[in-house]
Amino acid sequence: MIKRFQSILKRFLSRFLRKHKDVKIGLYGPPNGGKTTLANKICKDWLGIEMGTVSNVAHETREVQFKENVIIKNKKGQTISFSLVDTPGIATKIDYEDFMKTGMKEKDAKTRAKEATKGVIDSIKWLDDMDVVIVVLDATVDPYNQVNITIIGNLEARKIPVLIVANKTDLKKAKIKKVQSAFPQYKVVPISARNGTHIEDMYEAIFDIAR
Amino acid sequence: MIMKSKTLTLQFIPYQEIEGLSSVKRVAKLLRIVKSDKIVLLEGKLKSHEEADLIRRTMEEIDAKFKGIEISVIDTLTKKEDMQLFEKLRKVVLGFILGARSGFTIIGPATIVKEIRQDPDKIQLFMSNK
Repeated sequence: MIKRFQSILKRFLSRFLRKHKDVKIGLYGPPNGGKTTLANKICKDWLGIEMGTVSNVAHETREVQFKENVIIKNKKGQTISFSLVDTPGIATKIDYEDFMKTGMKEKDAKTRAKEATKGVIDSIKWLDDMDVVIVVLDATVDPYNQVNITIIGNLEARKIPVLIVANKTDLKKAKIKKVQSAFPQYKVVPISARNGTHIEDMYEAIFDIAR
Repeated sequence: MIMKSKTLTLQFIPYQEIEGLSSVKRVAKLLRIVKSDKIVLLEGKLKSHEEADLIRRTMEEIDAKFKGIEISVIDTLTKKEDMQLFEKLRKVVLGFILGARSGFTIIGPATIVKEIRQDPDKIQLFMSNK
């Protein structure tokens, strides 16, 4: 009974605080899903500057990146202010030899692997601080992946609102329906962060879940 | 020329073996087995925070020899949209009774298991050539 009361109180307080504090929106997902490309697009659209470096090599983002006071406006003219948190991709394995295949020297590859493992740990630690999470999935990759399921399961357990974006829809191999059928209980917005396609739909969806 | 045959060990862990353990000990036990180059077939599934903790602990232990894990959870109680109402209800009741004991979890070392593909009705384990 006491536990139930504590849970209700905690939920009420978190909702109250969410309305009165700086909202944190996190970009989560596996490596190379396009989180930083999307972060850059959001920052470019509303702040006029980019957030981080993008590359085709996995684990380019190895530190949590933070941009405060992002204010977006929807079609009705309403605004929402938040801090955007771009997180390193979450993976279950990191092999420095994979980086060497991209032409990296062994020493650099080992350093990158070490930093990438730390990045994954930090991403997991930051989960508790998020108010809303956008899970960025590469629509050309099979969505039935345990990392995706673990991320979403953890957000669900923490009662953090989730929006899934199926990114890279500009690529022929993109399978939006497969992403939608993998997570039928969530809103999936197909976008191309690189081209900005359907990015307005994503902003509207952010309004729907963050307010 | 003599060809050395490679042995692949699949260790089955009944749920009762981890049921009484704390989350920290559960994760430590599974990781210890996987690090000894065995593939774990666990009856049931971990809680979502335990899965996240398993990934975190895996990252902490990655070195030149241990490259991480491959993990997949087979949920036998997944409700499909085209299921009849009675079947959905049956799964809800079974889920309530079995809890975390339902389904299976496969965890393998990344040096042995390259990929686990879930489609979602079949599971394919792709082995590493290394």
